[in-house]
Amino acid sequence: MNELLSQTVFFGIFITLISYQAGLWIKRRTKLALANPLLMAVIMIILFLLIFNVDYETYEKGADYISIFLTPATVSLAVPLYRRIELLRSYPKAIFAGIAAGVLTAMVSIFVMSLAFGLNHQEYVTLLPKSITTAIALGVSEKMGGIIGITVVAVSITGILGNIAAETILKIFKIDEPIAKGLAIGTGAHALGTSRAMEIGEIEGAMSSLSIVVAGIMTVIAVSVFALFI
Amino acid sequence: MKYIKQAAIIFTVSFIAELMEQLIPIPVAASIYGLALMLIGLVTKIIPLEKVEAVADFMVEIMPVLFIPPTVSIMASVDAIREMLIPLVIISVVSTILIMAVTGRVSQHIIRGDRAKADRSESAVTGGHADE
Repeated sequence: MNELLSQTVFFGIFITLISYQAGLWIKRRTKLALANPLLMAVIMIILFLLIFNVDYETYEKGADYISIFLTPATVSLAVPLYRRIELLRSYPKAIFAGIAAGVLTAMVSIFVMSLAFGLNHQEYVTLLPKSITTAIALGVSEKMGGIIGITVVAVSITGILGNIAAETILKIFKIDEPIAKGLAIGTGAHALGTSRAMEIGEIEGAMSSLSIVVAGIMTVIAVSVFALFI
Repeated sequence: MKYIKQAAIIFTVSFIAELMEQLIPIPVAASIYGLALMLIGLVTKIIPLEKVEAVADFMVEIMPVLFIPPTVSIMASVDAIREMLIPLVIISVVSTILIMAVTGRVSQHIIRGDRAKADRSESAVTGGHADE
């Protein structure tokens, strides 16, 4: 199976798109929050590769053509952000202070829990950038001597959790202001959370995409200080 | 041809962003430079909104699909993950909940504080009759 599929380029693209369609279909049918199309698609693909003994590299060959579009897609986030720019100008203090508080919470909570679990320096710096968008998180992890593969996992767990549970978390903490919701989702769960925020509303989506950039930059600076602590 | 032109602008910005990533010695990803450049372009009207919005909206819409391949890559680093699975999951989940709670509460508190202040000064101007 692997031998045959490794000769194709479209296998990776095919299974990615078909699994996502299946995920959307399951979501429509069940209406469960856990039936997140992205999560469903990832599980289906991993199961397929494991069951039919297909190498990850065979999948990656085609799938890479999909992931390269992440950069232009992130660039495109400027458009919904720009449409809401007036709104952003009206609450500079809330936006800046909210995101700064979130980034500080990330650093302190990861520091305290790493201490509690007795993690070493390498494991600690691997997790420090986990709440920001994959591309920046990898740069930070690599620069600080972290394990990139694990950073990807931490970023993914964070993003998937944010994508699935953001609304529940916000409800529990009684956060119902659209601007505050967007800032919380973007700062807590980067671009994966943002794709959920966009479905909640345009204000939430715009605030969330703004938070990716601001939190990303603040985290780059904060990690260089917090990395010294363990 | 409209779509080709819009795609040309978005990919040009992406390319410049990649060059910046290579040339500027700080760990900032190309996509962040690109987002900043595009936003500056839109705000300064160097890039008019209608010259990019159709393709940009499409790119944003397909974004969840673009995250599937990097997430599937988890299976390639299974051994490293197994060693620190429990702290990894607990730290990721707990910190995400805390970050969302703190960011949301702090910004909501400031927004409502500002709004209450604005309401008070408004009613002071109108002699406090507005509410009565």
